[in-house]
Amino acid sequence: MSEETGSGGGDRHRWYELFSRGARDWLRHNAKLREAVRDQLPELVKDADVLSRPSDRTVQVPVRFLEHYRFRLRDTNQEEGVGQGEAQPGDILRPGKGRRGQGSGSEGGSGDGAFRFVFEFSVEELVDWIWEELELPDLQPRSAGSVVEEDVVPEGWNRRGPRARLDRRRTLKEAVKRRSVQGEGAVPFTDDDLRYRQLKRRERPATEAVVVFILDVSASMDENRRRLAKTFFFWAVHGLRRQYGEVDVVFIAHTNEAWEFDEEQFFQVSATGGTVASSALELAYTILTERYDPGRYNAYAFYASDGDNFGDDRHRAFDRLHRLAGITNFMGFVETPQNFLENGRSEMGRLFAALAARDLAVGSYTVHQQNDIWAAIDAFFRHEARQQQQGEEPA
Amino acid sequence: MSEVSSEARLADYRQRFEELAGAQGLDYYPIDFELVPDTFMMEVAIYGLPVRMPHWSFGVRYIYQHVQHRMGYSRIFEVIFPGNPNRAYLQSRNTLAENTLVTAHVLGHADFSKHNQLFARMQSEVGYRIVEQAADRAHRIEDAIREHGAARVEAVLDAALALEQCIDVTRPVNRPDYPQWEAPADHAEPRDPGFAERYQELPGEAAPPAPDEQVRRADIPPAPEPDLLWFIARYAPELEDWERDIFLAVREESYYFYPLFACQIMNEGWASYWHARLLREADFLPTQVYVDAIKAHSDVVRPYAGEGAVALSINPYHLGFCIWERIIEQQGLEAAWRIRAEEDDFSFVRNYLDETLAADLGLFAYTRRGKSRSLRYEVRDAELDELRELMLAPKFNYGAPRVRASALRRDGSLDLEHDAETDGRGLDLERADRVLEYLQRAWRRPVRLTTVDHDGDRFELEAI
Repeated sequence: MSEETGSGGGDRHRWYELFSRGARDWLRHNAKLREAVRDQLPELVKDADVLSRPSDRTVQVPVRFLEHYRFRLRDTNQEEGVGQGEAQPGDILRPGKGRRGQGSGSEGGSGDGAFRFVFEFSVEELVDWIWEELELPDLQPRSAGSVVEEDVVPEGWNRRGPRARLDRRRTLKEAVKRRSVQGEGAVPFTDDDLRYRQLKRRERPATEAVVVFILDVSASMDENRRRLAKTFFFWAVHGLRRQYGEVDVVFIAHTNEAWEFDEEQFFQVSATGGTVASSALELAYTILTERYDPGRYNAYAFYASDGDNFGDDRHRAFDRLHRLAGITNFMGFVETPQNFLENGRSEMGRLFAALAARDLAVGSYTVHQQNDIWAAIDAFFRHEARQQQQGEEPA
Repeated sequence: MSEVSSEARLADYRQRFEELAGAQGLDYYPIDFELVPDTFMMEVAIYGLPVRMPHWSFGVRYIYQHVQHRMGYSRIFEVIFPGNPNRAYLQSRNTLAENTLVTAHVLGHADFSKHNQLFARMQSEVGYRIVEQAADRAHRIEDAIREHGAARVEAVLDAALALEQCIDVTRPVNRPDYPQWEAPADHAEPRDPGFAERYQELPGEAAPPAPDEQVRRADIPPAPEPDLLWFIARYAPELEDWERDIFLAVREESYYFYPLFACQIMNEGWASYWHARLLREADFLPTQVYVDAIKAHSDVVRPYAGEGAVALSINPYHLGFCIWERIIEQQGLEAAWRIRAEEDDFSFVRNYLDETLAADLGLFAYTRRGKSRSLRYEVRDAELDELRELMLAPKFNYGAPRVRASALRRDGSLDLEHDAETDGRGLDLERADRVLEYLQRAWRRPVRLTTVDHDGDRFELEAI
């Protein structure tokens, strides 16, 4: 103790200048807060605009300070107190600038929400949390499966080869070995010492992926439904980013026509018109086949809508879905139905169910509110993991 | 003037102030003065003590204070820890005039804390070296963190600090345990002795078994116990010793803080009265220092609201100062010595805040209605008595709801009860629930709490 409170000593640095207890406890508070924020993960990203931008991958979260709870009497609608100043009975005071004078702010304790502060999370951190939280299996970068890519890889050495592939280090090693055997008077290099790198053609699993998000933007998809779709898209794409080196994202919106958008516009779009899903599925197919060589890209498609589709479009839509399923690793349907009873029984829901019955890699997720997204994400990535295992076993 | 010379001058003034104060009758334990940076002052304002146990809740206060400080809203001139010796810290960045004023102010505090009976009692309870003791406890808690891990210690501190105000200041810090056995059978008496005697005399029967002489195990607690910190430390079935120590450490510091809380108006008023008086009589001060010091005085000792404005809270410095001035003007210094020794804020306000003073100060009662946009304060008529009680209301029971331990059950579970009748309404249920969770984690058996809900019906909360 003595060195701590000792007031003497010529030392200019006193103990209290070296260490801030307040700052230490503040850091501890923040650590707790970060943990608490994990509980609200779904809320975090609903306004995030970061799906297609791997460069600035952070999410900002406004948070409130944690409260250390104590017993307190219940709030009443009318609280009484004593003030001071020029006021007559019957006066009504409203909080405003100047009128209340300083000091009134200290009343009632250092209040709630007086300050806001913002946490910045990296998306990777968030995704890691989700994985822990949902206890999702860790997906390996895809190593087997239908999609492979031919590539030339260095493999072994040869005594003959083009000059350009001469491996000097290896050659020197060989020379040293030979000389140490031959002893005095050995020649520095012989032709036998030369080693050339050998190349072979190998099949390499593709580590690139493309994700197509298709959103129904007809009038029935209101703000809330879009937000749900967006949140699902967010986690889906970032989950896939754990698995693949490169993930390209394509955004398609449709009513009775379909358009490709960039991300910013994608979530702003609203349009009037009917719902003809086949238009978008057609476009997705075209984009995938034209721009993304199926030999190189693992393709995923997610379709979000409230499930309605024109009856006339049924056969066409089914046909297009079927075709799309043929070139994608997985196709998901995110349904944000108009009411609870419609779960999976909507027009599009039935089409996906029919595809599933044919053993195609598809899945349907019904999402009513933010919390349902976890179940959807959980189901999707478990499906991924299963598929991966199945893909590996025969190999 | 250079830094060194102003420090030397301050030391000189201090000595002269002390002589002046002694001549006026102020009497106190020696004071260690120290000049400290504002960061230190800020931390003291947050923790209440220079070195205190770590807890994240202090971090929240720290950041509030930090921001306010940066924005220039809050400034702490001095802080004094009563004891023997007293420890007074002055801010090194105060001007010489400000620190001159503060030095005189500290003498008033030191006199008050030596003579006020509540202070004197608590001081003798918790010892006279609170700064060192608190630092010592903080180190023990840091040892506990090393040994048992931060999470476990934090869980205990969550509970203990949440109950910081739940002590019983009418009892000593060192309390004996409850009696283990009930006092033997007083209740045997009231039975009709006539019948027993007549029965004894009945023929033909064996003598009845003697009335059960065995004494009964006493209930724990025998009566509802307000000192929850002590009760938990002493009677929690599964606490480890280091955990009990933490509850007791928080409790002891709470005893130390109580007089500061319960005499704030008196104490600050007294110190302000004396700094003003000593300053007036300090003929050794250069004019400029005097003028600047008086200006600092009027910045501190004034209503929160400026001329023509209204404040919804009262500056205790100003209120206390005005009451003391009135007392000394009307009853003389002799009466003031006695009052400073015998009273606390409750009696001080009730006895000496009179009609004229309340009118002079422009005190009024208000009712707050509505929320956010429609929030408004209605100024209303209030008798003096009501005004006084409204001012004192936040101070009752250490400013906390009355929650008491009512039973330690056989299964080791704990029953708490909230005295909603005295408090006038029930607890904030959400917060109470969280506190029970803290508590249950430390107690490790179910904890129950009864209070009343919105309709005034009995309501039970439970943490299992």
